[in-house]
Amino acid sequence: MAATNNTAVKTLTGTAIPVRGNDIDTDQIIPARYMKVVTFEGLGQYAFRDVRFAEDGSPKPHPFNEEKYHGASILLVNRNFGCGSSREHAPQALNKAGINAVVGESFAEIFAGNCTAMGIPAIVLSSEDTLQIMDAVEADPTIEITIDLPTTTLTAGSHRYSFTLPPAYLNSLIAGTWDSTSVLLDNLNQIHETAGRLPYVNGFAKGA
Amino acid sequence: MAKNLFNKVWDLHKVTTLESGQDQLFIGLHMVHEVTSPQAFQMIRERGLTVLYPGRTFATVDHIVPTADQQRPFTDPLAEEMMQAIEKNTAEFGIEFFGLHTDYQGIVHIIGPELGITQPGMTIACGDSHTSTHGAFGAIAFGIGTSQIRDVLATQCMAISRPKVRKINVTGALAEGVYAKDIILKIIADLGVNGGIGYAYEYNGDTIHNLSMEGRMTICNMSIEGGARVGYVNPDEKTVEYLRGRQYAPSGEAFDEAVEFWNSIASGPDAEYDDVFELDATRLEPMVTWGINPGQAIGVSAATPALSALKPEHREVAEKAYAHMDFQEGDPIKGKKINVAFLGSCTNARISDLREAARIIKGKKVHSSVKAFVVPGSKQVAKQAEAEGLPAIYSEAGFQWRGAGCSMCLAMNPDKLQGREICASSSNRNFIGRQGSPTGRTLLMSPAMVAAAAVSGEVVDVREFTREPVTV
Repeated sequence: MAATNNTAVKTLTGTAIPVRGNDIDTDQIIPARYMKVVTFEGLGQYAFRDVRFAEDGSPKPHPFNEEKYHGASILLVNRNFGCGSSREHAPQALNKAGINAVVGESFAEIFAGNCTAMGIPAIVLSSEDTLQIMDAVEADPTIEITIDLPTTTLTAGSHRYSFTLPPAYLNSLIAGTWDSTSVLLDNLNQIHETAGRLPYVNGFAKGA
Repeated sequence: MAKNLFNKVWDLHKVTTLESGQDQLFIGLHMVHEVTSPQAFQMIRERGLTVLYPGRTFATVDHIVPTADQQRPFTDPLAEEMMQAIEKNTAEFGIEFFGLHTDYQGIVHIIGPELGITQPGMTIACGDSHTSTHGAFGAIAFGIGTSQIRDVLATQCMAISRPKVRKINVTGALAEGVYAKDIILKIIADLGVNGGIGYAYEYNGDTIHNLSMEGRMTICNMSIEGGARVGYVNPDEKTVEYLRGRQYAPSGEAFDEAVEFWNSIASGPDAEYDDVFELDATRLEPMVTWGINPGQAIGVSAATPALSALKPEHREVAEKAYAHMDFQEGDPIKGKKINVAFLGSCTNARISDLREAARIIKGKKVHSSVKAFVVPGSKQVAKQAEAEGLPAIYSEAGFQWRGAGCSMCLAMNPDKLQGREICASSSNRNFIGRQGSPTGRTLLMSPAMVAAAAVSGEVVDVREFTREPVTV
């Protein structure tokens, strides 16, 4: 079997950082000009770059600039987070900035898929629960948060919440098969069989 | 009940169901560009893997290429490094590469169709969210991230859960001056930027089938702006005629066999859907965005909405939009001054777009306060435009005529807004900072509306604009 990144993701514990707002797109998470790179290393410094810093480099009010959230590993967001561009650079930048899990009301589909493919759970809570946790973390950023995937529960201080995650994402994180290359390659014979029954692979002479 | 196109194509390409519950889906066509692929090739290398079906992957360069001076090495060393990486990666793994040295370079979603590589009934993946464009041919086409590019390179497959299918039925004749772009902006405004999450969109109805293939590509292109990862149109006679004779399409008897297959995968009249949305196209007018996401769009004769008139969940983003745009609630969108006019992008830089905008500007001059430029979607589009004399029309009007690339749609190249500039743009995203200036502003609209705005120096209603046919 080929080498993979796979390890089971079952329980994550850490402090959290809330970034409020609906429809936060991947251009905000990492502006395109920082994607002129051939590796993902070093992207952490560009997470939320343009909402964190003015063009002259001076800091703007943003949770990622606040000392009290340093060391946070769980990102709290609202609705339709990660919409827009399919760039995996967005979750890569967040991850390089220390984020191991994203918790919110809803996620754009490609963003959630990219997170899962990196072993980062993108878990969904109700609007009410999300706002309650954000309020609690803003009041006390040291609150310890635990995300337990097998029981789909999130614990914030003394409060427990039930979250959802698409079953396939949940299963692959718990089983440690979120890096799907080797899982897919295990079915090599069936891949070739499928290709063989596609009329455009097996038939249709190519054009000039 | 019968299966729709989406489910027919999915079932045909399904390799197996994985333990996670996802399906393993064979990808018939993989398109690659320079920005999202280098890390995937590197992962393949590090794991000692190879590309399983190199003949089913095609590559080009579009995001970082300069459009003014395309001489190598590029002035920007980071862009040059990315260019060299894709040259090396495609050569090493035996992938056909349409680089700047070929006649076929261009925006990845424009060259696939124009070369006949994109065909009905295929599954298509590309590390770019606008991959949905290829759905105009009756393919199911997914935008993917870099880890999934690695999967497709190494296994020609993706692990993915089957979405639901929503039929978007658009009926009635479009008024003069109303285009495919206006239809999709209206759909996104009505269903919301997250309305399509979990769905593939099937665009159907007489309005859609009366559109050219290029108009259908514009519609499918912006599916992702409505939250839908996939959008498609059932193949019909126009699809077949578009593909006939293209370089990578089947030829001779094979073409007839292909047409039989293409017809067989279309949704029949009794096809089943998870949801249906109806849109009456007869009442559409040219659409313009006023905010910071593509759902914040209104008809050109309308005024920007009062916060109190919006659904509560839309107010916060609307407030942010008014602050960023420096617009007030109730402002007419018509008359908003612009500084830049951009005609380009995978949404609207095909030949019909450039012809239509040229019709509007012919014999007129770009307003003195506007910087205007036109970026053909591919070298083939540019060549066709040259054959029709379009560059001269643009140049005489004061537009800069550029080389093919993504340009100011996402500003990963020298084409960028400066400061607070406000741009009338034929592209697909008006996100804050999208066009290269963190404080810059974008108004999305059809190419004809961009042309009219370029000449007027402000947003105008193209229907009130004097139009003269271009002699071609």
